[in-house]
Amino acid sequence: MAQEPILTARGLVKRYGRVTALNNADFDLMPGEILAVIGDNGAGKSSLIKALSGAIRPDEGEIRMNGKPVSFSSPMDARQNGIETVYQTLALSPALSIADNMFLGREIRAGGFMGKVLRKLDHKAMERIAREKLSELGLMTIQNINQAVETLSGGQRQGVAVARAAAFGSKVIILDEPTAALGVKESRKVLELIQSVRARGIPIVLISHNMPHVFEVADRIHIHRLGRRLAVIKPKDYSMSDAVALMTGAKTLDQAA
Amino acid sequence: MSEPTAAVPHHDYEKVIKDSSKEVASFEVKRTPIQKLQHFLHTSPSAVSLIVLVVSVTVFGALLGSKFFSAFSLSLILQQVAITGIVGAAQSLVIMTAGIDLSVGAIMVLSSVIMGQFTFRYGFPPEIAILCGFIVGAFCGFINGILVSRMKLPPFIVTLGMWQIVLASNFLYSANETIPSQQLQAEAPILQFFGNNIRLGGAVFTYGVVAMVLLVAALWYVMNHTAWGRHLYAVGDDPDAAELAGVNVARMLTSVYALSGLICALAGWALIGRIGSVSPTAGQFANIESITAVVIGGISLFGGRGSVLGMLFGALIVGVFALGLRLLGTDVQWTYLLIGVLIIVAVAVDQWIRKAAR
Repeated sequence: MAQEPILTARGLVKRYGRVTALNNADFDLMPGEILAVIGDNGAGKSSLIKALSGAIRPDEGEIRMNGKPVSFSSPMDARQNGIETVYQTLALSPALSIADNMFLGREIRAGGFMGKVLRKLDHKAMERIAREKLSELGLMTIQNINQAVETLSGGQRQGVAVARAAAFGSKVIILDEPTAALGVKESRKVLELIQSVRARGIPIVLISHNMPHVFEVADRIHIHRLGRRLAVIKPKDYSMSDAVALMTGAKTLDQAA
Repeated sequence: MSEPTAAVPHHDYEKVIKDSSKEVASFEVKRTPIQKLQHFLHTSPSAVSLIVLVVSVTVFGALLGSKFFSAFSLSLILQQVAITGIVGAAQSLVIMTAGIDLSVGAIMVLSSVIMGQFTFRYGFPPEIAILCGFIVGAFCGFINGILVSRMKLPPFIVTLGMWQIVLASNFLYSANETIPSQQLQAEAPILQFFGNNIRLGGAVFTYGVVAMVLLVAALWYVMNHTAWGRHLYAVGDDPDAAELAGVNVARMLTSVYALSGLICALAGWALIGRIGSVSPTAGQFANIESITAVVIGGISLFGGRGSVLGMLFGALIVGVFALGLRLLGTDVQWTYLLIGVLIIVAVAVDQWIRKAAR
């Protein structure tokens, strides 16, 4: 792998009072890959992800995007740098339509007097783009783009959230437990969706507890333990039980190899 | 495990998926007429209040005939609800964010007193005094907004406190002094601007009525066709989701309360036109009346749902009941009793409609 990583973190430290959530954690994401992040509860993976997505500010350490140091004070900051996060809660507004949700916070304004002076939104353009983005990702089982999000199924909502993340020229997409709340068939859809996003060249950070899903889609697996990166493994070199043993501390890297 | 390829199930239990139905989950939707109604009302939040308005106008029209069903009487209702409608527009914005503004009436009165006193006590040109009234109104709202959005205090408590503070300031500052109508007319007629009227046949539309209608129309446009309006719904619906999706929730809330204060100042100016004089004791019940209009208008107290048009219909329903019952010669307490029933029914209907979403 001669490529430069697109997103790196070195020596991240985050303490909450006397609890250390991140203890000198490192992180590397290569262009075009799916990197899974696994770890036991309390291992600090959500703190790591929050630091990368701008939801928390690490006490120490450095994050670099394409080699340049960056510092995010809010999720908006991270988004402006091209890091989109799909949260486990999805962050969709139930009463608003699919199109409204996709463009929330970056609405397109109409041209001319209506747009400039009266700040009128270009609903037509937003609906058209939303429909395009959803069909690109094979999500056009949703018939009506003006449907309120609360009328969609769990998988469809996940699809809308992923489409929103993938739609805006993003450089990195972070997916937090995208299949945790879904059924078998819907999980499959989301995994296909992840692969079609990767096929478009966008690297993905996937946080999941579901080992079969992780081993299926990930190019590399980042194992987080006790606040730091324990190892990065390739799924073809290790078994699922090795990975679980590593992340829970039942085995060390030498024993598992 | 080999390099993953798209769309090939990797796990035994998933192999059967390819045989499963490819269609979008569709269910035999058999809706009873009641469920159809419920669904329709869910998608058009101001329909309930419009239906109630039309029915009540029809019933009173049938009972009272031309005494009620005349251009004059119907336009009289508009005049009587103009202040409530304007304050209700401010209240709608706040309630849309799942908040409440108890200080609307007090801010309205303080603004009107400032418009009057700055003109007559300090000799300001009335236009400047009016501007000062708007600034003070917006400033009170802004303080509410900062306390709610930055200090994270509950809106109910913040605006309850602000109500008392503003009302007390109003009495202290004005020394409980009323500026009589004749003095306004002679020296600063612009303060009574909204009392002017347009006559169309028998109908009398004061400028206050026109202001209310234009304000509601403008807010309807803003809420449906601008990013600010979409964010308003998103913030009321689920503030955490809105924040993560990229809406600056704190700034949104601050702007909503500040705008509410500004609209209350407009109501203060319109109030001078309505009662003719500048009185620090006027508009005592504007906060309760505005909340009533909002609730009967079908705007959800839980935020994120409803339409400012519904608020207008809600205010009109109250006006129709008030005038209709007075013309029938009933005790005015019957009006209050029926409004009370309407409020509870409106909230019950809101809950029932919400079930349609689940």
